Amino acid sequence: MSDNKTLIRVENVQKYFRGGKIKALDGISTEIKKGEVVVIIGPSGSGKSTFLRCLNLLEVPTDGRIFFEGVDITDAETNINIHRQKMGMVFQHFNLFPHMTILKNMIIAPMKLQGKSEEEATEMALGLLKRVGLEDRADAYPSQLSGGQKQRIAIVRALCMQPNVMLFDEPTSALDPEMVGEVLEVMKQLAAEDMTMVVVTHEMGFAREVGSRVLFMADGKLIEEGKPQDIFEHPKSERLQTFLAKVL
Amino acid sequence: MQNFMENLQSQFYTNFIEKDRWHFLLDGLKVTLQLTFCAVLIGIVIGVIIAMIRSTHDKNIAEMRSGIGRFILKFLNFLAKVYLTVIRGTPVVVQLLIVYFVILASCKNKLIVGMIAFGFNSGAYVAEIVRSGIMSVDDGQFEAGRSLGFNYIQTMRYIIIPQALKSVLPALANEFIVLLKETSVAGYIAMQDLTKAGDIIRGATFSPFMPLLAVALIYLVMVMFFTFLVNKLERRLRNSER
Repeated sequence: MSDNKTLIRVENVQKYFRGGKIKALDGISTEIKKGEVVVIIGPSGSGKSTFLRCLNLLEVPTDGRIFFEGVDITDAETNINIHRQKMGMVFQHFNLFPHMTILKNMIIAPMKLQGKSEEEATEMALGLLKRVGLEDRADAYPSQLSGGQKQRIAIVRALCMQPNVMLFDEPTSALDPEMVGEVLEVMKQLAAEDMTMVVVTHEMGFAREVGSRVLFMADGKLIEEGKPQDIFEHPKSERLQTFLAKVL
Repeated sequence: MQNFMENLQSQFYTNFIEKDRWHFLLDGLKVTLQLTFCAVLIGIVIGVIIAMIRSTHDKNIAEMRSGIGRFILKFLNFLAKVYLTVIRGTPVVVQLLIVYFVILASCKNKLIVGMIAFGFNSGAYVAEIVRSGIMSVDDGQFEAGRSLGFNYIQTMRYIIIPQALKSVLPALANEFIVLLKETSVAGYIAMQDLTKAGDIIRGATFSPFMPLLAVALIYLVMVMFFTFLVNKLERRLRNSER
């Protein structure tokens, strides 16, 4: 059914909130392959973020199944904590740990979960910090950084666990406009290194330039998916055409 | 005027110097401090555990799948609620007497009895303080922890509890100060704490003014000292994040 290049397979996922009153996801099925950059676009309230959060079970789907590296993570028997170590996540509001230095933010998970020594974890963290140009901020606290810096730290914090996929939940939505670029730059770098990425974003430029596949969602449904050129140049559904007319 | 001063001097002599009576106060102070520190430690341990149970229950029960885990959580939450209601609904003196004469009737070490009674009492108040701290930590912190692969307990331990304790530190310190004063009823089970010491002196010299004033002053100075320490600690914590 799925070849070994499939990293995540989503089968008919549904998500209801408030005991069924609100239908956030209405039967989503798709596959995410290794090395792909899948960009999810759509109007607000369309279920994009809910869908992304289902992928690492921050939201537990009401129905349907999700396979990660061939394992059904929606199965109650599966230890999701093990699999989450391989799925990095970046949030809209960064969610850095304010009581720890930047370095501690980055090394705590590798040390506690992967049994790395402090030296080992620190060495890797410093290497990653250097890549995003923040090596001099290792001893700073999150509150001392700008939004763009915080988000770059959040990205490398996730990378410290050496994940097989990175999930981005509107990573630039809470940033001042002049800081959006520096974060997107890091994400482009990551894409160029063949990291598998799933990105929920309103940055259509990023979707077009970096995305290998674009999913368009509305009202909890997957309306259209395809290559960025097809989605942006030749939208088939009316829903997508209206959406693009508004955002482009 | 001179007469008054002489009178004070001789009172001071009888109450504190004669027969080394000041030793009572010193020993009493030791007991009070021992009792308070140990009780507050017990209180924090109990409080954090109860707070974790209560907040875990309140945050998750609505979305939990039914099963053994859900049942256990509901049961623990029930126990925690009973504990909180009973402890906060009865006077500490009564609790102390019950522990001494009923629950730990066979225990001859009064200090241990006092620590346990005051510790369990304090735990109920600490629990609600810590719970408010846990609830005040942004949900995003929890999600960030879980998304890195930490399990529930690890996320609590490394990410939520440190932040929660920090934000409720002033309230916790206040609880310590309240407890320091509350232990003054330890005399009910014939513990010779600071208050009891003043009372012993009063009984021996038949002059209430000096010993009771001294006891009050010692409490006041201790409370002011600990308040000063807490303020300092708070400032340091604040600075560490800038």
